[in-house]
Amino acid sequence: MTDKPVTEDDLHAYIDGVLDDTRRAEVSAYLKKYPEIASRFASYSVQRGMLHSTLDPVAEEPVPTRLNLTHMIAPRRQNRVSYWRAAAAAAVLLFAGGSGGWYMHYIVSLPREGVTALASEASQSFATYASDPVRPVELRADNMLQLVDWATDRMGRKPVLPDLSKSGYRLMGGRVISTPHGAGLMLMYDNDRGTRLVMLTRPMIVDQNKTMTPHSEGKVDGWAWASDGMGYSLVGSLPSHELHPLANDIRRQVLGQA
Amino acid sequence: MDDLLSQIEPMIPSLRRYARGLLHDSVGADDLVQDCLERVIAHWHLRRNEDARTWVFTILHNLAINRLRQITRRGQHVAFEDLNEDVLARRATQEDGLVRGEIMKSLNQLPDDQRSVLLLVSVEDLSYAQVAEVLAIPIGTVMSRLSRGRERLRQILENPTASDMKPGSHLRRVK
Repeated sequence: MTDKPVTEDDLHAYIDGVLDDTRRAEVSAYLKKYPEIASRFASYSVQRGMLHSTLDPVAEEPVPTRLNLTHMIAPRRQNRVSYWRAAAAAAVLLFAGGSGGWYMHYIVSLPREGVTALASEASQSFATYASDPVRPVELRADNMLQLVDWATDRMGRKPVLPDLSKSGYRLMGGRVISTPHGAGLMLMYDNDRGTRLVMLTRPMIVDQNKTMTPHSEGKVDGWAWASDGMGYSLVGSLPSHELHPLANDIRRQVLGQA
Repeated sequence: MDDLLSQIEPMIPSLRRYARGLLHDSVGADDLVQDCLERVIAHWHLRRNEDARTWVFTILHNLAINRLRQITRRGQHVAFEDLNEDVLARRATQEDGLVRGEIMKSLNQLPDDQRSVLLLVSVEDLSYAQVAEVLAIPIGTVMSRLSRGRERLRQILENPTASDMKPGSHLRRVK
């Protein structure tokens, strides 16, 4: 017998069956002494059983075809070409649809140029795509070569795809997007918590080289800069000071590969 | 890819069960699982977490929470009768159906954060430490949510008229 007082946590652990033998015996003795507490936890234990018996039939159902992992993996191995074609077709539609909207944008907003404009475009891409539960990116991380080719073709410059895995962010993929200053490449990253970041890069006419500056638009913060004719903006709904080291890391990687 | 198959495939039934427990709409729940599996496949080579089960549940949980927020924003259109059938997963006998329908309806009255803890602990048998990791909260918070959730569920189940259950649900108990 130990003299550790029995806690509420012990009692939950008791009905969840995760106590070691000694502690279980102690808790069991305690419950015999206090029937009211015992009846409360007996009722929790019944709940546990009811939840199990209600939901277990779901786990016993045959797994639907669309959740068959073998099928899900197979097309990734074989059909990359056709996926790429569909993506290219989608890009054409995206450009066609996007230009009308951007025309209105020109009329209603003050003209912006350079890194300031880029920062705003990045925030807008974040708002549109990062919240998309179905298809946040057009080409996923396993189609990176195609994404680089696509972006190079559209922007006339070969983009660098920064690796943020050291900071816990994985590249999800990206898409070519339309901006008032031509095509840009949007990359999206996420971490294990589902926090998403967006990086937008495009060739710059104004601000060919510009030091990194913070920007903020609504709940979206970010850092933007330009080097050697390419502009970069990293945005996310994270505090600015948490984004800063990531932006620095990207800048370092871009300079390293230039 | 072969270790992906051997590690992830056995989890699919329990992923579907967790999604269904949170979403009580079988198509929507399977959509979530599909989305989750696609992410797992895409990120498999980049995963850092040694415990694949915790990692996969974290992904599914975050997707489910986003989905639940959207449902709250847009309002949900599920007919009461559909709801009952979906939750049951298969046609049960009437007696079974009453008990099952009732516990799910009671569970759905709890806040999302208590429901997830209850389901992960009671049904998916995740350890308290694993639940803390999936939900990104300290283990003490897991325990207090578990405690509050269980107590609230007990009150609802033992005193259904005092809660805001749908009108008509108590009529169904009359044989």
